Amino acid sequence: MLTLIVRRLGLLVLVLFGLSILLFAWVRALPGDPARALLGQKATPAGIAEVTARYGFDKPVWQQYLTYLGRLVRGDFGASINTGQPVLSTFTERFPATIELSVAALLLAVVVGVPLGYVAARRRGGLLDNLAVGGSLLGVVVPVFFLAVLLKYVLSIWLGWFPTSGRQDARIDATHVTGFYVLDGLLTREWDASWDALKHLVLPALALGSIPLAIIVRITRASVLEVLSEDHVRTAQAKGLARSVISRRHILRNALLPVSTTLGLQAGALLSGAVLTETVFSINGIGSYLFDAVNQLDYPVLQGFILFIALVYALVNLVVDVSYGLIDPRVRVS
Amino acid sequence: MPESPMPHAPTPESTQPTRPTRRAFTLASLSVAALATASACAKSDRDSGGSGESSSSGGSEVDTFVFGGSADPDSLDPAFASDGETFRISRQIFEGLVSTKPGTTELAPGLATKWTQSQDGLSYTFTLQQGVKFSNGKPFDAAAVVANFERWYNLRGLAQGEDLAYYYRSIFRGFKTNDDPALTTSLYAGSTANSDGTVTVNLTTPFAGFLASMTLPAFGMQETGAVEAGGGNGTDGKDPRQSAYATTGPVGTGPFVFSAWERGQQLTLKRNDAYWGDKAKVATAIVRFISDGTARRQALQNGDIDGYDLVAPADVATLKGADFQVQNRPAFNILYLGINQAFPGLGDLKVRQAIAHAIDKDAVVKNSLPEGTKAATQFVPDNVIGYNKDVTTYAYDPDTAKKLLAEAGQANLSIKFNYPTGVSRPYMPNPETIYKAISSQLTAVGIQITPVAEQWNPNYLGTVQGGADHGVHLLGWTGDYNDPDNFIGVFFGAQTNEWGFNDPGLFDALAKARTVTSEDAQTSAYEDINEQIMTLLPGIPIASPVPSLAFAAGVSGYTASPVQDEVWNTVAVSKDS
Amino acid sequence: MSALDAVGTTAEPDAEPTGEAGLGPWAAAWRRLRRNPSGIVGAVIVLLFVLVAVLAPVLAPYRPATGQWFGEVTPTSVPGPSAEHVLGLDSFGSDLLTQLLYGARSSLVIGVVSTAVGLAVGAVLGILAGGLGGWVDTVIMRIVDVLLSIPSLLLAVSVAALLGRNAVSIMLAISAAQVPIFARLLRASLLAQRGQDYVVALRSLGLRRRRIVVGHMLPNALGPVLVQATLVLATAVIEVAALSFLGLGAADPAVAEWGRMLVTAQGRLEQAPQLAVYPGLAIAVTALGFTLLGEALREALDPRSDR
Repeated sequence: MLTLIVRRLGLLVLVLFGLSILLFAWVRALPGDPARALLGQKATPAGIAEVTARYGFDKPVWQQYLTYLGRLVRGDFGASINTGQPVLSTFTERFPATIELSVAALLLAVVVGVPLGYVAARRRGGLLDNLAVGGSLLGVVVPVFFLAVLLKYVLSIWLGWFPTSGRQDARIDATHVTGFYVLDGLLTREWDASWDALKHLVLPALALGSIPLAIIVRITRASVLEVLSEDHVRTAQAKGLARSVISRRHILRNALLPVSTTLGLQAGALLSGAVLTETVFSINGIGSYLFDAVNQLDYPVLQGFILFIALVYALVNLVVDVSYGLIDPRVRVS
Repeated sequence: MPESPMPHAPTPESTQPTRPTRRAFTLASLSVAALATASACAKSDRDSGGSGESSSSGGSEVDTFVFGGSADPDSLDPAFASDGETFRISRQIFEGLVSTKPGTTELAPGLATKWTQSQDGLSYTFTLQQGVKFSNGKPFDAAAVVANFERWYNLRGLAQGEDLAYYYRSIFRGFKTNDDPALTTSLYAGSTANSDGTVTVNLTTPFAGFLASMTLPAFGMQETGAVEAGGGNGTDGKDPRQSAYATTGPVGTGPFVFSAWERGQQLTLKRNDAYWGDKAKVATAIVRFISDGTARRQALQNGDIDGYDLVAPADVATLKGADFQVQNRPAFNILYLGINQAFPGLGDLKVRQAIAHAIDKDAVVKNSLPEGTKAATQFVPDNVIGYNKDVTTYAYDPDTAKKLLAEAGQANLSIKFNYPTGVSRPYMPNPETIYKAISSQLTAVGIQITPVAEQWNPNYLGTVQGGADHGVHLLGWTGDYNDPDNFIGVFFGAQTNEWGFNDPGLFDALAKARTVTSEDAQTSAYEDINEQIMTLLPGIPIASPVPSLAFAAGVSGYTASPVQDEVWNTVAVSKDS
Repeated sequence: MSALDAVGTTAEPDAEPTGEAGLGPWAAAWRRLRRNPSGIVGAVIVLLFVLVAVLAPVLAPYRPATGQWFGEVTPTSVPGPSAEHVLGLDSFGSDLLTQLLYGARSSLVIGVVSTAVGLAVGAVLGILAGGLGGWVDTVIMRIVDVLLSIPSLLLAVSVAALLGRNAVSIMLAISAAQVPIFARLLRASLLAQRGQDYVVALRSLGLRRRRIVVGHMLPNALGPVLVQATLVLATAVIEVAALSFLGLGAADPAVAEWGRMLVTAQGRLEQAPQLAVYPGLAIAVTALGFTLLGEALREALDPRSDR
């Protein structure tokens, strides 16, 4: 077990190292003077001189890379061209919003998807099954931002059931402790703030969770079907045992393993979805941060972003692999 | 994007202990229900300063005004800003010596109650409002005014940069010690706090627009002690916009004080109860940042915000129909088709005249600009000094256009057409639509168009103003104060990459007109210059689009200003219960 | 049995237990495919899409992206269906039906080219890694890991940011995200086959490694590659829309490309919802078609599906 973790961590470091080289090369490959590229619109002679000195653009390439690496290790991921704020601190400020949204989306996907997939499999061929499979196909092929816009238009503007944007009503003077607004409201016992934050989460979570939901429905359904057709289950059925006796729990347990594997894989896809969803709903998470950075070609932000996300992504996958290894002893051996 | 929508499910053979989802599901739904009930019944444990309600006939007064802004401000220090969002907020916190009459460009008393100008136009004496204090308790007096002027004059290094002290540079042209070779001798020659409480500001040369320029939010009076203490001068070599002063501690004399700033989300202002003038009617003013125009409209329709700026032309009718208030800002801007004379073919006057005749301004207005927009005949709007009613015009006439092109030997002219994306400006609400309108008119007379679209931020301005590789482009300008120099002086005061021509006669005329001291002389000087410009035709002025604001039905007391001098102390919000 | 029911199942009660014994693997797969209703639906959709894309100049009533009826469009209204314009106009004054038809063309081109490039580069990397093994394998796989650690959208964005706003950069951006997928696929396939009897037999016969790889192992890998390529085409169509949303699409806003049309239509959602519905539907249906086809192919090529 330990060797697995150590080996994976080692791989992670290697990957990050490789990424840093790639990113370094990327900025240098941009047309024009790298200092100018980093400053963008605000390039003035004084500014260019300052940036050149700070990043050492006038020094040999290998030295530049070492400076770059040194800054990274110290947590200096650069500063946004647009706002001037350090990239890392903006990440940590905005990360909770995206996490809250992602957790809500995944929760939705699991809580709705697993039972739905299970029932669809148990009643194969029925209306629910067809709806589930068809719906999950749709969930995958409809572009996320289009879905977000549609949801907003129908459920928020037309029906008025939910707010259109943001994380919380501006007029509620809520106290924020952790940055997770729903949680904060609970912690500070400001129930209306928590409820309001929850209302603001529904539509974005629906939009973001549509793809994970679709995938989980299909995986659960396929998994349950496989278990149902397993020999010992068939034997039990042939012997006349009632379906209810064939423990639901047994089937569900087997179905959940592939679901948890998928959840790990979803991390990267969730980020892409978050970029689009947060922009449509004006949520100040890292997704909309990336959107702004792309629009403005804010290279320091883009660089820092890729590194940060790669780190998170790899760590999440490591956790999933480790927990998978804990659950299934065969994996540990390989 | 998922690698593949359907990964294969591995088959486990042994039963593994996992948490039953059914139980978890029940638990989750129960807790959500509990939360909903709790929030409905229970009293919150914090003091409810947010929404105090006092009933009056017809509806209840609400203590908070929520405005939908389009982006975070650059910083809270207007001395280093040039974007409307920073100024929108700084206008609530800071005030200048001179203000404007609400809804107009006419000068009105601000922190100065009256002023006199010397005969030679080289000094101005301001009588100040008495009993005014900064929000940190320090007094506002003549010494404070001098301190502000001296602060700007003594800025060094990065703080002098064009992206920081933009307005100071454009008005005063230079600092005490110029660190940027592009700067010259400063217009500022010193100021004194007189013994009778007035303050005198001296200039090195006369500047006709001086008083009008004092209405600019960049020259709002700040408490220089707090500025210095909070690192707001950039003396430590760091960007003053990131200083503690500019991010969390601005100190002014205005009707609101800064309370909190949640980046990317909203900025909160609280009423200044020690304000010397009419205290704000609402206790809290919040600016919510929503970058998409449609999303802002939707937020208004949903009640999430009480008002917003830069209403898309397409939304005006929708909002009016749904009983929202739509206010037009009197047009104080100009949208133009810039022509780069350094581009092959465009240096020929006949070609430019042909382009002018090819454009049907009324059609462009009808197809892509808001209702109430007037087509433009020159590079200043009609409410600016020096507007020339009898200027040379170029009527829509495609045949003449083709003839002129043929005469110039450019019957198959091929040009680049640069336009921006991802932006909406007051003078250019929908650049893509405007581009489409104009380019199809140009193609109709045989000109071949190569579209070049760039993101507004960071590339577009850099391309059309920073280099020579562009053909015709869309751009415009919203006037900051009522002075023609603020329009045509900015455009044509010197040779630039944007226009690509060198006409010393025009440059000199503009420089001279800038120093004229009497309004009559100013008017006739600028009328002549406008005629000169429209004869030389460096570009085609298209229109003065009318930007609008939209408000919920319960909002009152908001007066739209052509120069965006909108202070919210007069705004009241009531909600029908 | 309904069409949708067949997708995602692993048991086909109607399959003959022994009837495929005499057929080769390809013919058997083809037979299974023919019997799969959702696969047929997918194939039909894909065929329609390709036909429309190829025949667009013939089918379309006008030229695309001309904006010649721009005079009829105002900021508050967009003309709907009429005698001259079956579906009405778009917000830039072009015929909507023409835009949709030519949009199929750009989607096809972008999808095919980006998948082909991703496949080619990925396959080369994968074959080198799987075929040569050793340190070549390690290096290549580490590079692939690095690429995989960046979410595909970010990867696409980085490439597009480097290369500017044009069709080529979009294609390269999307293919960049596909390279690691194909690399891994090819490598896994080669590695899996290396241990198989026939390969050992061929080696013992003295056949050169390159002959074995090219002549025998690659054709066997063709199946999964085909499946993956089809599925990837589906996501390519959607990714173009996402990139347009982020502002990285082509320069001309009136261009006939579904993703772009969808993005521009959002501003007029209340006035003219059809401007968003049609391209959105087109994207969804096309992606659906490729997905169904890809999954049916996977089912058909997977010998385990006979149970």
